[in-house]
Formats: sequence, structure tokens, C-alpha cells
Amino acid sequence: MSNGDLLHVVTNDNISPRRKALGRGIIWGSAALMAVIAALQTLQVTGHGDFGFVNWRPTLYAYCLWATCLCWAQVLLHGEHGKRTLFVLPAALFVVSLTVFPLLFGLLIAFSSWNLSSPDGRQFNGLDNVRQMWADPFYWNAMWNMVIYCAAIVVEYAIAFGLALLLNAEIRARKFFRVAFLLPLMLSPVAVSWMIGKSMLEARYGPLARLGRFLGWDTPSFFGTPDIAKFTIMAMDAWTYIPFMMIMILAGLQAIPKELSEAAKVDGANGWRNFWEITFPLMLPVSITAILIRIIFKLKLADIVITVTSGGPGGATDTVTSFIFREYRDRSNVGYGTLLAMVYLVVIIIGMTILMKLAERWTRPQT
Amino acid sequence: MTTQIFRDTSTDLNHRAKWWTSRIAIYGVLVVWAIICLFPIYWTITTSFKMAPNVMKGNLIPWVDFTPKWIGWKSLGLSPDTIGAESTVRAEFMKRFWNSAVVSLTSSALAVAIGSLAAYGLSRFSYKFLWMKNADISFFFLSQLILPPVVLALPFLVLYKELALLDTRIGLILLYTLSVLPIVIWIMRDQFGSIPTELEEAALVDGLSIWGAFLTIIMPIALPGMVAAFILSLVLTWNEYFFAALLTSTYANTLPVMVASQTGSQGISWWSMAALSFAAILPLIVIGVVLERYIIKGMAAGAVK
Repeated sequence: MSNGDLLHVVTNDNISPRRKALGRGIIWGSAALMAVIAALQTLQVTGHGDFGFVNWRPTLYAYCLWATCLCWAQVLLHGEHGKRTLFVLPAALFVVSLTVFPLLFGLLIAFSSWNLSSPDGRQFNGLDNVRQMWADPFYWNAMWNMVIYCAAIVVEYAIAFGLALLLNAEIRARKFFRVAFLLPLMLSPVAVSWMIGKSMLEARYGPLARLGRFLGWDTPSFFGTPDIAKFTIMAMDAWTYIPFMMIMILAGLQAIPKELSEAAKVDGANGWRNFWEITFPLMLPVSITAILIRIIFKLKLADIVITVTSGGPGGATDTVTSFIFREYRDRSNVGYGTLLAMVYLVVIIIGMTILMKLAERWTRPQT
Repeated sequence: MTTQIFRDTSTDLNHRAKWWTSRIAIYGVLVVWAIICLFPIYWTITTSFKMAPNVMKGNLIPWVDFTPKWIGWKSLGLSPDTIGAESTVRAEFMKRFWNSAVVSLTSSALAVAIGSLAAYGLSRFSYKFLWMKNADISFFFLSQLILPPVVLALPFLVLYKELALLDTRIGLILLYTLSVLPIVIWIMRDQFGSIPTELEEAALVDGLSIWGAFLTIIMPIALPGMVAAFILSLVLTWNEYFFAALLTSTYANTLPVMVASQTGSQGISWWSMAALSFAAILPLIVIGVVLERYIIKGMAAGAVK
């Protein structure tokens, strides 16, 4: 796909030198304007004069102006080719300015002590945060929890696959079941944590506690011990996201031609062997995509934990995100929290790269 | 009395029994899972009409177990007898609801707009920004999906404070757009990839510019995909809690923040919480039931090649 344009457009653009000059002019002009405003603001912040700025908004506006001019100048400078660039440029500028810049800024604060509620402001403190992190058992506990939470995806995947198979079978009222199975995904995790976590799992009179007692569990408590609490959080998260995997797998199943399983049936394969030798191998690429995306979503898990258990009991249900959230909420220590998040990001990038490489190897057709 | 001459052989009967058991098993599992999916929603609806003793006793079925009361909705100012009167709670609720609606609709629309443009460009032309070719640019966009929100949260908190964007809708919209953009690009790239380039070639020969061809020929064809991407973004942004909790406080709070902040203080009044939760999830339930086709299409887009 990357070999040359798929769409060949031949145009003869006559771009006059004046137009080129105008294009360059507006890029550099707006850049200069931005630089001047930013410099003035920096001077004011460092105390070299008062230019009446209340906040950094003027710099932001200048940046927006520059970005617009950059897009416009593409057309002025390159004509038809510039118009093509214009398709990707806005999104690229948007993402770069909203991720790369904050990430660099984040790196800066990660190595400083910065308590937002104290008047001292940011103080560079070298590797102190790293040392603190190294000795922070709760952070490593949260990391380990993430591993366990991710391991639970295997079970979710099995359930989702089973449900997708059922939905793909010849059943009546398929539409009803599909909508019903999809609904949990639509609900906000916060509302889910209230509905299920707080209300239905309430130990005294929640319906599930009643069910537990009915089934012979004397003192149902779903967040009492660390293991059970962890399991409950997993189950609630699974409840929300199983539909997601189910839909992807269902789409994969529907793309498999019927002839294959029919041929296998003629050859005498029963349902079980048919599944393991035809369906499952064919579904491998889809399954791996679904699992990878699910892992990505799982790594962001926080809402349920924050609202239901706030990490308790004793940090047993903590995810990295919820831990950092509380770290900020309780101590408003931006520096330390950012460092933890950065370390998490690095771990995720390494982990996902390895996983994607492995996935690539598994899905490669074996010759 | 004649004996029956034609009858099923024992193998046939056996087969039929097997068929019946498998049917029963399949529907059994389906029904059980449907109950698992729907019961919490049912529980929320019914609880919002309960009174304290009903909750304590665990009554489940309205009119049989307990008499439905409007108490939960009254505390939100949304019951029949309070809907006409002034209500601060309702004003608060409507404000949050409005915030959620504005933020999620705007950010989804923005993400679909710039995301589709980028996806179209990437599926049609070859680019070279610095050292990055098309595949690298695609990967750059999609890799944003891996970025956990917590990494951006604290830098954004500080930046927004400086930019006076804290607790504003614009601030949330920007972040939400960023967070759904990779998904939109993923879905749309797939959509545009399946549209033959001959269409634009014909349009270009007929004298349209490339943007004209995109807007008048390609966009209408890709519209279902865009709707799918939009709905999926809408679901994700409507439900987002983490950024909203960190970056808003009084003015730009969204609905999930309001739901979360109800718990804790002076015990939980289950009925009003249920009413509030239900009001928060209702729009999405409606969308889910009505537009289920698009959601499934959107999620299936990237899965199957």
C-alpha cells in the first residue's frame, strides 16, 4: 500500500514566486508572532517585566494561528500536493501538540517535586522520585495487580468466544440477544460501579448477597478479603467489556465461509473437532487483535476501582491508574505521580511491543 | 386398533433427542447470559421507584412485591409532581447532562472530522513527513491508543492551569477528541480502503478537485462507517470519568462525575442514586438499542481484514 499513490493525480500547478513568498511569509510570520508572545510571557513569568498577561492563553492563540497558517501555506506553496497534505496535517498537528508536548513537559515534572497546593512551585529534585518509587510497595503492588487483571482476559476471551459461537448458531431472536449482550458495553463504568458494585453487591440486602446466602455462603462480602475483592473487580470489568470482544469475534466468525465447516462435516468431523481444527485456527488473527485491544483497554482500568473500592482492601484492587489518581488526590504531588505514570508508560510500551512481535509470529502463515 | 406401521427408528428418535438437548442447552445459556446482562439495568430501574424498606427487604418485582413510588425521581426533581416546580437538584442535573452532551457530541464530531480526513489521506496518497512514510504515520496515530490516560493527566492538569483551561468544556473536548481519534482513524482507514479508487479517478477526470471528489463522492459512500465511528466515540466520551474527575470541578462537570460524587456523603440514598444512574445511562441504552447495527459495524471494522 505504501508503494506510490493509489490515486494518481497529474496536475500542472503554476505557482508564482509571489504566491510562494506569501506562503513562506505567513508561516514564518505567524511563527515569529508566536515566538515573540511566548518570549514576552516567559519574561513576565521570570519577573523581567509586566506585560499584563493573566495566563498563557495568548501563546495558545498564537500557536493556533500558526497551525492554521501552516495548513494554509501548504496549499499556497505546493498547490495540488499541498491539498493532499491537508488531509493528514490537521490530525497530525492535533495529536502532536496534544501528546508530544505534554509528554515532554511530563518528563520535566517527573523529575521534580511539585506540590500544587504548596506555594514553593516546582523544584527539581533529580532522582529522588525514582528512589521513592523503588521503595514504594504500593506502586509495585498495583503493577502486579495489573498483571493479574490482564491474565483474567483469558477467561473473558473464552466466555466471549463461547457467546459469539452461540450468537452465530442458528437461533431465533438473534437480534434481541445481540442487543442484550451488547448493552453492558454502553453503560458508563461509574454507573456500573454504582449499580453493581455498590447496590447489587451490598453485603446485607443486595440481591447478589441474597443469592449467595441462598446458595449457602453464610456471610457474603464481596470486598472483604483481598482475593474476593480482586475477583469482584475483575468480574465487573469483564461484565462491561466481554461484549466488546464478543462482537469482534462474532464479526470474524461471520466472515468464515460456511463451506469449510460443511466440508469438515462431510469428512466426518464432529462439532468439537470441527471447532478446534477449523474454526479456532481460522479465528486466530481476529482473536489476537481482540485480545491485544482488550489488553490496551484493560491497562486503562480505573473508573470502577476508584469509585467502588478506592483500591482497598489494603491496595488489593489497586490499578496503576487508580493508585496515581489517589496519589494526586490525597497529596497533590504532581511530580511523583507523573514519574509513576511515565514508568508505567515505558513498561506498557515494552510489553506491548513484545506482545505484538509475538502475535505477528503466531499469525504468520506457517509454511 | 391397528398398530402403527411407519415409525421413527430408534436412531431417528435418538437424533431428535440429541437435537432437543442441544437446543435447550443453547437457549439456556443465551437466556442466562441475557439475564446477567439485563438484570443490573432492571435492578436500577426498579430501585429508583423503591422506598427504604423495599430496598432492605430486597423486593424485586414492582406491584407484586412493592408499590412503586416516585421518591427517587422526586429527589432529582424529575417526578410528575415536581417536574413543574423549581428544583435546584434538577437544574444541577440538567447542567451536568448538558455538559456531558456538549462535550461528547463535539469531541466525537471533531474526532470523526479530522480522523476521517487523515484516514482518507493515508489510504489514498503516499506521504513523507521527515523520515515517516505512510505506515509510520498510521502507526503513530494508532499507537496513541496505547497511551494510558494517566500519563497525560497530570501534565495536562498543570498545563491547563496555566492556560486557564481547567474546568472548561473546551479543555475536556480537546482531550476527549485526542483519546478517541485513534479508534476513528482505525475504523475509517478500513472503510476508505474498501472503496475503489476508480470512483475518484472518474470524478477527477470530470473536473472535480480532490477535495471536491472527497466531499461529494467518497464521503456519502463512507457515511455508514463515519456514523459507526461517531457512535463508538460518543459511547466512549459520554462514559469517560477519569479526565473529567481530574480536570473539572464545578463548572464543566460531566454526568459520570456527578454520579460518582453522590456516594459517600451521609450514607447512600439508594433510590435517588438509582434514578441518577439510570438517567445517566438512559441515552446510551436508547442509542444501543436503536443503533446497534452501527456499533457492531464499527467494532467489527478493524477486526476482520
